[in-house]
Amino acid sequence: MAVDLKTKYLGLSLANPVVASASPMTGKLENLQRLEEAGVGAIVLPSLFEEQIIHEETERVRMDEYGAESFAEALDYFPPLEGYNTGTELYLDLLRDAKKALKVPVIASLNGTTTGGWLRYAKLMEEAGADALELNIYLIAADPKVSGAEVEQQYIDLVQAVKKEVSIPLSVKVGPYFSSIGNMMLRLQDAGANGLVLFNRFLQPDIDLEALQVHPNVELSTSFESRLPLRWIALLRDELGVSLAATSGVQGAPDVIKLLLAGADTVMMTSALLRRGPTHVANVLHGVRSWLEENEYESVEQMKGSMSREKSPQPGAFERANYVKTLISYTGPYV
Amino acid sequence: MTQRVLLVDGNEAAALSAHKTNEVIAIYPITPSSNMGEHADAWSAKGRTNIWGTVPEVIEMQSEGGAAGAVHGSLQAGSLTTTFTASQGLLLMIPNMYKIAGELTPTVFHVAARAVATHALSIFGDHSDVMATRQCGWAQLCSGSIQEVHDFALIAQAATLKARVPFLHFFDGFRSSHELNKIYELDDDTIRAMIDDDDVRAMRERALSPDHPVLRGTAQNPDVFFQAREAINPYYQNIPGIFKEVLQQFGELTGRHYAPFEYVGADDAEHVIVMMGSGIGAAEEAVNRMVSEGEKVGMVKVRLYRPFNAADLLSVIPASVKRIAALDRTKEPGAEGEPLYLDVVAALARQWARSKQTELPQVFGGRYGLGSKEFAPSMVKGVFDELGSKEPRHGFTVGIVDDVSHTSVDYDPDWSTEPDDVRRCVFFGLGADGTVGANKNSSKIIGESTDLYSQGYFVYDSKKSGSTTISHLRFGPRPINSTYLIRKAQFVACHQFVFTEKMEMLDLAVDGATFLLNSPYGPDEVWEHLPGKLQQEIVDKKLKFYVIDAGTVAEKAKMGTRINTVMQACFFALSEVLPRDQAIDEIKKAIEKTYGARGEVVVQRNWDAVDMAVDNLHEVKVPETITGEVRELVPDMPEQAPDFVKKVTSIMMAGKGDLLPVSAMPVDGTFPTATAQWEKRSIAREIPVWDDDICIQCGLCAFVCPHTTIRTKVYEPAVLDGAPDSFQSMDYKTKEYPGQKMTVQVAPDDCTGCGVCVDVCPAFSKSDRSHKAINMEPQLDHLERERVNWDFFLDIEETDRKTARLDTVKGSQMLEPLFEFSGACAGCGETPYIKLLTQLFGDRILIANATGCSSIYGGNLPTTPYAVNDDGRGPAWSNSLFEDNAEFGLGMRLSLESHMELAVHLLKKMAGDLGEKTVQGILDAEQNDETDIEAQRARIAGVKDKLSKMDSEDARNLLKVIDALANKSVWIVGGDGWAYDIGFGGVDHVLASGRNVNLLILDTEVYSNTGGQASKSTPRAAVAKFAAGGKPGAKKDFGMIAMSYGNVYVGQIALGANPKQTIKTFLEAESWPGPSVIIAYSQCIAHGIDMTTGMTHQKEAVNSGYWPLYRFDPRHSETDHHPFQLDSKKPKIPYTDFATKEARFAMLERIDSEAFHRLTAIAQEEIDERWRLYEQMASVERTVPGMTGVETVEPEDAGNGSGDANDQ
Repeated sequence: MAVDLKTKYLGLSLANPVVASASPMTGKLENLQRLEEAGVGAIVLPSLFEEQIIHEETERVRMDEYGAESFAEALDYFPPLEGYNTGTELYLDLLRDAKKALKVPVIASLNGTTTGGWLRYAKLMEEAGADALELNIYLIAADPKVSGAEVEQQYIDLVQAVKKEVSIPLSVKVGPYFSSIGNMMLRLQDAGANGLVLFNRFLQPDIDLEALQVHPNVELSTSFESRLPLRWIALLRDELGVSLAATSGVQGAPDVIKLLLAGADTVMMTSALLRRGPTHVANVLHGVRSWLEENEYESVEQMKGSMSREKSPQPGAFERANYVKTLISYTGPYV
Repeated sequence: MTQRVLLVDGNEAAALSAHKTNEVIAIYPITPSSNMGEHADAWSAKGRTNIWGTVPEVIEMQSEGGAAGAVHGSLQAGSLTTTFTASQGLLLMIPNMYKIAGELTPTVFHVAARAVATHALSIFGDHSDVMATRQCGWAQLCSGSIQEVHDFALIAQAATLKARVPFLHFFDGFRSSHELNKIYELDDDTIRAMIDDDDVRAMRERALSPDHPVLRGTAQNPDVFFQAREAINPYYQNIPGIFKEVLQQFGELTGRHYAPFEYVGADDAEHVIVMMGSGIGAAEEAVNRMVSEGEKVGMVKVRLYRPFNAADLLSVIPASVKRIAALDRTKEPGAEGEPLYLDVVAALARQWARSKQTELPQVFGGRYGLGSKEFAPSMVKGVFDELGSKEPRHGFTVGIVDDVSHTSVDYDPDWSTEPDDVRRCVFFGLGADGTVGANKNSSKIIGESTDLYSQGYFVYDSKKSGSTTISHLRFGPRPINSTYLIRKAQFVACHQFVFTEKMEMLDLAVDGATFLLNSPYGPDEVWEHLPGKLQQEIVDKKLKFYVIDAGTVAEKAKMGTRINTVMQACFFALSEVLPRDQAIDEIKKAIEKTYGARGEVVVQRNWDAVDMAVDNLHEVKVPETITGEVRELVPDMPEQAPDFVKKVTSIMMAGKGDLLPVSAMPVDGTFPTATAQWEKRSIAREIPVWDDDICIQCGLCAFVCPHTTIRTKVYEPAVLDGAPDSFQSMDYKTKEYPGQKMTVQVAPDDCTGCGVCVDVCPAFSKSDRSHKAINMEPQLDHLERERVNWDFFLDIEETDRKTARLDTVKGSQMLEPLFEFSGACAGCGETPYIKLLTQLFGDRILIANATGCSSIYGGNLPTTPYAVNDDGRGPAWSNSLFEDNAEFGLGMRLSLESHMELAVHLLKKMAGDLGEKTVQGILDAEQNDETDIEAQRARIAGVKDKLSKMDSEDARNLLKVIDALANKSVWIVGGDGWAYDIGFGGVDHVLASGRNVNLLILDTEVYSNTGGQASKSTPRAAVAKFAAGGKPGAKKDFGMIAMSYGNVYVGQIALGANPKQTIKTFLEAESWPGPSVIIAYSQCIAHGIDMTTGMTHQKEAVNSGYWPLYRFDPRHSETDHHPFQLDSKKPKIPYTDFATKEARFAMLERIDSEAFHRLTAIAQEEIDERWRLYEQMASVERTVPGMTGVETVEPEDAGNGSGDANDQ
């Protein structure tokens, strides 16, 4: 019996729930084509960063003006570059090329924290053909003088501002650091998000002991990390009316299946694809299909959310009580 | 006909016409013409076509001589071809110009006329270059205004095609090439109508082709050469007629009518001036004013100067004329008069009587405006006054005070012709604050979006860092041809508060003018902070006075230190050139136009700045009392300053050099060195401050300092008795100087605040990683304290050269630098090498310096950085040309050796009188180190003492040459433009000569001084001017070429990557008795980097294998047989890790991503391959024949290349 892998995400029909998440891999057309060949359900392009947009726009001008109009023999130091694009335009080119070359939905991604001129890129992405837009809010509340309520309002303002720019579906990708995650997700939904992507893995800084310098260190995720979205998708699935995408730690078919059972509409992969290449998608799909067949599911739709908190045989297991039990049941050599 | 209005400078106006009417353009950068080539290159790079629909091929050549050759060849093969040049560049074209004219080949060269270097280089405008080509057989057409530049560029093209004689189209450097003015653009239809395709086809038919072969360029013998030369005459006779026809056609098409000679003035004029070029604008105003006052004066404007058609000239001069002044913008010493004068005299002598039937007028020649000396209507009035005097002088000058030969005519500088309905605005700014850019923008806004005419001219000072700018803007209802600086302004803006103490500004303001001041003090408190003289002028002239805190507004708008937009908005709000709302609206539109394509972020920030500016602009209620001290603003020179500095240099420093009379000037261009120390510019906002608790005494801060403003000294503890309380000191930790103290000291008024020292400092606080042993802190917080410390530091005795460790970083930095406080850019990558050179050998070097950055910061007045030590010794420095520097330096060496030979000869001859032992002591002296050299100097001093008491020719002769026997070293210094391109032939010859000279190539990989044009050193994939689409070819491996000789010492260094290897290379190069060449990586603004981090970029250049470090020492061929030593390690990082951090490379990805990836991939392959080759070379055994007699040395490791303190 052929199982039906189709799913709906952000109002889009996807052939299957496996989505290639925003990463350097999705920044090259050649990779996108390989992902499509491997059967991916949708693709999220790498993020265009607010800082990148502002940096590109200001740096070019800064460089043009640096040392200029100071000395009679060298009134400037670079040729006039009318064909110059600020790098951000390359992104739009990639998006247009991807739309031309691919059949799977292509989701553009914007990453930032403040409202401002850079948000016009949301519109430009829509015009370039994006099927949907993922807004990655990468906000580190570094200033202790700013309250949690103010931080949350910043999220809401940003989502509303982007929503004004575009008419394509909007998903919002956030981290897990809220006092009340569920409440925050409801507010994001109310602010206009068509979908939520749970959760952003923030790059954590590291200290180089040789150079004594701080630098962000990219550590690829492990399967264990998928437990975080698993919990929250299961808890929130039945509280929210928007699409839910699971991300963080998804390595193979078992992770995908678990997250779908918890209630995800799509499951996004980054680290596993970076480790194993685009063809890994085919292995994952094969695993998902086999599991569904072995367990006599007809379709992804049928299984999606079938083990959310409400539908789980042990609803309490997603909550705090579960923690105590885990400790008690743990039987390691030193306990 | 509607014609599009443009606001352009002369260079762009010429290039617009030239690019439309040519197929091949061969270029080479030279100020002030470079921009013509840059425009043409950029337009072709983006596919702009000529009137035939093809994109002109623009090619950069290795010199102007090369460009002329390429032009000649292209013309011979039948393509419409042009070039742009000036000054020495034009002189290098002369041989080809003769050929091109002799072969009757139509072409136009566009020349931004500039002074030819004589007693000094001048980048500024006069006619000495074009006058040096008038014998070549070219027609010469001179433009006097920007519209004329645009028009005549086309007219010349049309005329040359018809006449077959080539045209030199010239206009005044800077005054015309760089003046912004409103012009009517020639549209394609007009250009097409002017260029007759029959003429173009005729040219192609004459071209060389194997399909209809001919031979051109024969060698002719006495039998026919003369006749053949005369065969050309009819073509010259035809030119005036053809030219007038072309002018007629042009006038019909455009409504602008010109003539070969044009007369303005009284019909019954008795006194007439004849002149050409931009000075016409000033002169015409004077003539019109004088005529309106009933004076019988007039002026002839010379347009077509060659062929000089006497009949045409005479046809415009009224028969009533009694006296004529022919004004030349050039000097021809020894001639009866300058060229235009001679032409006028000859024309009159030959034809006046026949054509006028009146008495032959007297003709007087005069000179004006050399090297862009200001030429104003008042001076023209002075000339007419001279003509009206009883006995006018011939060979007079105007615009200067000649108290030596008494040639200068008097004039009243306040005599003005400025009409009331022209708004005149002057702005004082800094190069870095964007003032000029904003004013160019304002000019464009008004010129292009209103019916008003607008003119902008910009004056820069001679420094590359912290330079001041003065912008002169005029706006009015009629075309503005006032080709002189504003002397009576209705609006004066001071964009930097510090200028109130330093610069005269309000002497330019008319009564009731508006004065806008960028002030950190508000309207209620500013008055108390103004100097008395300024207060007095504000009160006396009843100025309307406004302040704005532009710095704060710019910061709020996230504009950093760029106050340009803020001040521009204030100007529009106050100047009443446009209604305020319309003006603000136009600024915003212009901002969007300028920055829109690159992003709204910048647009928004500028818009915010505009809005905030108007809100923060305040009028000051001017009190009637003067509270400040009223004094002149000439800097007080300290007592110990030399007389010349007090009397002459200080006047130039104050910006009043125009007032210096002829007698103040050296007659032969010779100036004292060590003058930069007297010019305290105090331009840094932040200066480095030393923390002796953390310092590890590595010496790197001093080592990398581009302006020699951080120094280290070691001294006895007793020196500290009497030290100021604030003076810092610590125990010096070396074996050589036990028990001594050391200090790192900053010169607070000389520092440019570049921050390179802090970037390289390796010592951190253990408890605060952001705090180093040297840290940038606000200058004002430390200025007074560090001034006192600096003065004390200077008085500490210099380190003894005999005991210092020259071969270590810290040791070398204890030596006195004899190059200090140059005007180079903040963070310059070249100057640390020169400073090191002077520390190592400065008391015994002669420097031949190629024209370029190093000759400008090395030798541009008013003050120069080469210095002298307490013994009066120091670098002797000279600049000959750009192209001949290697030969120039070789000549110095030959001269030294000839002196040595003569000295040896005379010593031997006089041994009886001087003492055999004494003489032998000198002749046998070893001079391998500082101790030896000092001993030899002492021996020579002893002999000189004896000689001075002897009364013989031999003694007197020996006295003048014996110093040559103390070791001297010749250094030939220049950039890559010289060594790789224009001077390469000479460089190659000098390397091949085997003579003992040292070449230091400061490799910035572009022509830095002229603004970053590509050279053959420019690397693949870099974006530069003349390589706007990314350089497709590889950088020349200069070192490999030099090494091929075998007996040339070659070192490739990067001071920021491996200081020790740098020092070692200098020492080895100097001690090698044959030719040596050092290729020194030098970061530059044109790399598109943050110059503070220049040394970090050097490290990455080395770590990526982009810039391998090596030394090729022929002496090793005799020891371990491996002369080539690779000093850097195998590449650790990919090339792109280095390249993408520099805008010169990163830009290409933004312009043409495909090209970027393709070219950087090739570049990586090249790096890999070069590394492989160099590694093999390091193991290649090579002997250098002819090493007999040369002392050999053992190879030595040059350190690990990490560039940190462990390299000591």
